[in-house]
Formats: sequence, structure tokens, C-alpha cells
Amino acid sequence: MCLGIPVKIESLEGEEAKVNLSGNILRISTSLLDDPKVGDYVLVHAGFALQKIDEDEAKKTLDLLKELGMVSDNS
Amino acid sequence: MKYISEFRDTKQVKELSDIIHKLSKKEISIMEVCGSHTMAIHRFGIRDLLPSNINLISGPGCPVCVTAIDFIDKAVELAKMEDVIITTFGDLIKVPGSYSTLEKEKAAGADVRIVYSILEAIDLAITHTDKNIIFLAIGFETTAPSTAAGIMKAQEMNLKNFSVLCAHKIMPPPMKAIIEEGIKTDGFLAPGHVSVITGIEMYNFIVDKFHKGVVVSGFEPIDILQSILMLVKQLEENKPKVEIQYTRFVKPEGNQKARDLVENVFDFTDASWRGLGTIQQSALKIRTEFEQFDSEKVFDIKIGKTREPKGCICGQVLKGLNRPSDCKLFGKVCTPENPTGACMVSSEGACHVFYRYGAN
Repeated sequence: MCLGIPVKIESLEGEEAKVNLSGNILRISTSLLDDPKVGDYVLVHAGFALQKIDEDEAKKTLDLLKELGMVSDNS
Repeated sequence: MKYISEFRDTKQVKELSDIIHKLSKKEISIMEVCGSHTMAIHRFGIRDLLPSNINLISGPGCPVCVTAIDFIDKAVELAKMEDVIITTFGDLIKVPGSYSTLEKEKAAGADVRIVYSILEAIDLAITHTDKNIIFLAIGFETTAPSTAAGIMKAQEMNLKNFSVLCAHKIMPPPMKAIIEEGIKTDGFLAPGHVSVITGIEMYNFIVDKFHKGVVVSGFEPIDILQSILMLVKQLEENKPKVEIQYTRFVKPEGNQKARDLVENVFDFTDASWRGLGTIQQSALKIRTEFEQFDSEKVFDIKIGKTREPKGCICGQVLKGLNRPSDCKLFGKVCTPENPTGACMVSSEGACHVFYRYGAN
């Protein structure tokens, strides 16, 4: 039910975006977002984009894991 | 797939598992309250990656499962009416009501259609002006904004043949109910996508009043393990707090625009939750300004006496007091093809997940 997937906005017309989900083009509404742009990765649920991804935070989460990896190797 | 595959990296999954094994000494219980977490935990075999002193419990996080049976009974009555098209998310179609299911009504000739979004239901209302389109709205705060947006769109277009039967529920009242019922849990994995909308302030009382930790978790294996690690650290140091693991999508302030829309269209109300009874201010109802889009106001829906399926212990499973395998009906009488209760029907229900992924 809470299934949400990160997808890329391929095109935007008003509040309607086209996103590519495993090769299928889905029409979704961006009416819940402020200032969506083509190229943004957004979280989609029940036909609506709920949030834009924070790419810096995504990178930080993965970098933190790499650090943890280094810690576990050394201990 | 970008932003998915990286969070499934098997080397990092193993490293997280190793660190949790090293750090975690206390016997602890962690509850998740999100159907998608229930599914992810079993799909990715998370339990097998944890030491035996960590007990993962599934709580009341599946919206289909916690919805009281009278909702299905009302939907069934609506489906029987002339010139009606019922639109619903897929899960609801097989959920047993007191006497029937939407699937059975469809087989008997009712027009029941599965949709991915309320927007599809609105499209049907535009193209089928001779029919009354009814959308069955269930889900938590992840889904409520889209229903609100749909109702606003229906108002803008002045649709005369569209309404919503609303059963949206909200967090965190059930988390409070679980704690107050004395169900043992030392910390919570909080629902990642609900929190995208709500932000995290609403969880503060769980730390301040009940001294239990909360970590807002994503849904990939790395997200869930990292969240469990964060809770383990809190518990080992006895420092409960609210933390976000799912920082790539969850901001502390949430999505204000989505919340404003919800508040514009809905009011809070008390509701009956399967397994937990009535919880105050735990559900949404459509405001009177939008009553022309409220199926309960538009139609005179009469239902008979409600009855829960015999032998079904869904209520106990939803509180984490029983595992699905404790149920006498599990896997024998009650299966996904022939479900007795809601927890077996919904793809996010604990019983369905246990059955599908062979857990015990």
C-alpha cells in the first residue's frame, strides 16, 4: 500500500509528468510537489509524486555504509 | 535501477548484519507499523540476518487489514446498486466482508474495477456520465493526499457523478494504542513513506512520554538493516530518540503542501481498528464542504449486522501478539487463494507475507 518507487521525470506538462518505470511510461501528477523539473527523481505512489529525492542525502547514506564497512574490517 | 540497486548491495547488507551482531547484546523487540515494511522484511529475509536476541514484530501497519469489516459491507452494497462503477486498489477486491466480497459481486455482474490511482476513477467519471463512479479510499497518510487532490479536482471540474467512500487512517495513534495496551516493544521502525508526508515531529511523544526509540526507515534491505542498527545503538546506550534513516526522501518537516491539501478536504474522526478497537482521532472523514463527493452522504447505504470470520485471529496478529503460524486456519483453510481474513488477502498483510515467503 505504501509502495513507492523512485522514478525519473522524463517530461512535464503543467502538473502532469511522464515517468519511466521499467520501460513503461506512466503519467503521474506532480500537484503535491513544489517546483518539479525534468530529470528530477521523485517518489511515486498511487499516481502522484510525493517528494523529490535528495541526491546528497542518498549519497551520504551510501558513503556512511562504506565507512561502516571500513570499521568492521579493522575491528 | 537507480536509487534501488545501490540499497540492495549484498556486501553492505552482510557488513550491516555483522555490525548488528557485534553491537547487539540486550534482548529487544522492535515493531514495524507499515505493511510495506512487513513485506520487505520477509521478502529480503531480514530476520535471518539478525542475532536471536532481536525480535522483529509486525504491528498494525497494513491499511486493508486494520479497516473494519463494515467498510467492505458498505462497498458491497454500493456495488449492488444500479449504474454504479466501483473503483478500488487491487487488494480490497478479495477482502471478506460479513457476507460477500467485491470479487464475488463482480462475478455476479457488478462493475468493479481495479485502479492504480484516484485519477483513473476521475477519468471514468468524465467518460461515463451515465454512471456513478465510487472510489474506495483506504491507506494512511501516504495515500490521503492523493485522495484529497482527487476530490479537489472533482470539485474544480464540477463532477456530478463521482464520490469517495473514505476509510483513510493516520499514524501515530495506533502506535500509542499498542504501547498503552502493554504490548512489549522497545522501539519502532517508523513508516518511511507516511513520514515523507507527515514529517517526524508527531513521533516525539513516543520518546518523551514512553522512552521508546523511533527510526524512520526506508524499504530496501540496507535501509531496514541500517535502521535496526540505529535502534540497537539507541537501546544499548539507553538513549531513545527520533531519528531518520530514510533521509533521501524524509525531511523533518515532511511535505507541507500535501498536508495542507489533506487538512483542506478532511477532518479527523474516531475509528474502529481491527484488533485495537476504537481509537480516537485516528481516521479521516470528508468535510461537509465536500459532501457531494462523500459516498456516505450521496447514497443511502444500508448494511446488515457485521460479523468477523470465525476462527480468524487477524486482530491478535495485527497487534504482534500472535504470529500467523499460530492461527489454526493458517495455510490449511486460509490461503491467499481462499482467504478467511484480511491479513491473508492483502499483499502487505502479515499472514499473506508469511505464507508467500515461507516464514514461521
